[in-house]
Amino acid sequence: MRRTGVFYAQLGLTILLCLFIVVPIVMSALAGVTVNVFQGLSSGLTLRWIFEVWDLYASSIFLSLWLAIACLFVTLIAGVPLAYVLVRKPGRATRLFEELLTLPVAIPGLALALALLITYGGVSGYRSSWLFILTGHVLFTLPFMVRSVAAVMSAMDMKTLEEGAASLGAGFWRRFFTVIVPNAKPGILAGALMVVTLSVGEFNLTWMLHTPLTKTLPVGLADAYASMRLEIGSAYTLIFFVLIMPLLIAMQILANRGSKPARATAEDK
Amino acid sequence: MSMDLDLKEGRSRPSLLSSFLTPRAAAASPAILTVLLIPGLVIVAAFFLIPLARVAVEVGNGPEGWGTYLLILTNARYLESLIQTLAMSAGVTMMALVLCAVVGLFLVRNRFAGRSILIGTLTLPLSFPGTVVGFMVIMLAGRQGVIGGLTDAAFGSKLVFAYDIAGLFIGYLYFSIPRVILAVMASAEKLDLQLEEAARSLGASRFRVICDVILPGLMPGLISSGAICFATAMGAFGTAFTLATDIDVLPMVIYTEFTRNANIPVAAALSIVLGLITWACLAAVRSFTGEGKSLPVRGGA
Repeated sequence: MRRTGVFYAQLGLTILLCLFIVVPIVMSALAGVTVNVFQGLSSGLTLRWIFEVWDLYASSIFLSLWLAIACLFVTLIAGVPLAYVLVRKPGRATRLFEELLTLPVAIPGLALALALLITYGGVSGYRSSWLFILTGHVLFTLPFMVRSVAAVMSAMDMKTLEEGAASLGAGFWRRFFTVIVPNAKPGILAGALMVVTLSVGEFNLTWMLHTPLTKTLPVGLADAYASMRLEIGSAYTLIFFVLIMPLLIAMQILANRGSKPARATAEDK
Repeated sequence: MSMDLDLKEGRSRPSLLSSFLTPRAAAASPAILTVLLIPGLVIVAAFFLIPLARVAVEVGNGPEGWGTYLLILTNARYLESLIQTLAMSAGVTMMALVLCAVVGLFLVRNRFAGRSILIGTLTLPLSFPGTVVGFMVIMLAGRQGVIGGLTDAAFGSKLVFAYDIAGLFIGYLYFSIPRVILAVMASAEKLDLQLEEAARSLGASRFRVICDVILPGLMPGLISSGAICFATAMGAFGTAFTLATDIDVLPMVIYTEFTRNANIPVAAALSIVLGLITWACLAAVRSFTGEGKSLPVRGGA
């Protein structure tokens, strides 16, 4: 194909848009390892800020990772069976329930957090623990797990598979764990990556639900941006990027692998 | 797979014995289905439905009663914030749609070295928290930002706009692009190239092909991703929070009412109205485009 002026104009716009995304990321990564941002790179490179962030905020990083794992655990237990029922029993009731399930995604996190605070804010032991934040994260991420798993489940011929297994004498739970779950693995994997990524990066809900003792990574970031020097905020952001990039890249690879179900979830985003 | 073999055999010769041994085999019993539903039901009921209902009622118990819900229209400050937030979200959505339609179509139609890197880059901020997006704007247009540095070198004066409405706009655009570009690319892949060939062979100019063939084909994708983009922008909080701009977007007003003024009924009423707007927006588009399976990713808000 001959490349025309239009091609190069479009390419130019695309590159411009990419620069818009990438330049600040690189800038902040550099600022996180620069001795003095105001003097620029000529002041030299250092890991001092990274260590300082670690001293100040290591607990927030661990809490975020812990929350993400706990959130994944809950969404797996609640979400995979839920997806199964939604796919297996299509009807008015399941549609309604699905709509209800996705509502927490449509409603702004702030509103959701407010509702949780007003209802459960008085339960002191619960409100001050990490479980309170976990509640918000589960509400927000559960629909993604369900959608991702349901997309794969409705693409596979679950009825035939199940009938086959049943005719061989497998009871329901045996079928569920040895036939359905293994076959839905691409969807579960995509959903799991999504849940972990979203949980690690969640701010809107978490900012309202956190206490000084339950600070997550994004909450710590907001704190650092507001009250620390630019280098510390940048170094902290760099740590966040290092944490989240592998997850994002894994998600893209999974989506690009061309397996239909994984693609479907990529489009859902 | 041996399973397939067994299956076929079972199907072609459904022996009486096997159907007797496994009564309604494939369908799990209602009891089992209920058990499967319980964890999800409990979570949604206890932590979503009940709190939401409670908040809705709480508003009625406030000093202004149910009239609190009307405050968003009668109170000048809230109304102004609502209008600003609507205008901002609509503006960002339009901008993101135009940019992503051009770039998305380009990336789907052309194959060249580095294409997948460009796609990867554009979808990178998909789950950045709003605070990080705000910080990215500061890196770009803040006091030490790239744009300031460039304009300082070129014209001798620093251009700084991270902390006003332009900065907020840039931030919203930053987290909108990944969502919109993915949706646009998905629907661009489904476009029927033969339609364009036909139009061209009938003598349609490039412009006519874009207006009459490509754009109508992309429209469902543009509408649904636009709705997601709009809803996300309406509820975005972290970016405005980090930039601490003087423009009060609705989520910031809710936050201020709740934390600084402890005005819980008003904060609750405003957030319910905000929730209704975003939900209605998404629901309308879903019924319009049929079986829309789009889930907005709110991570970057």
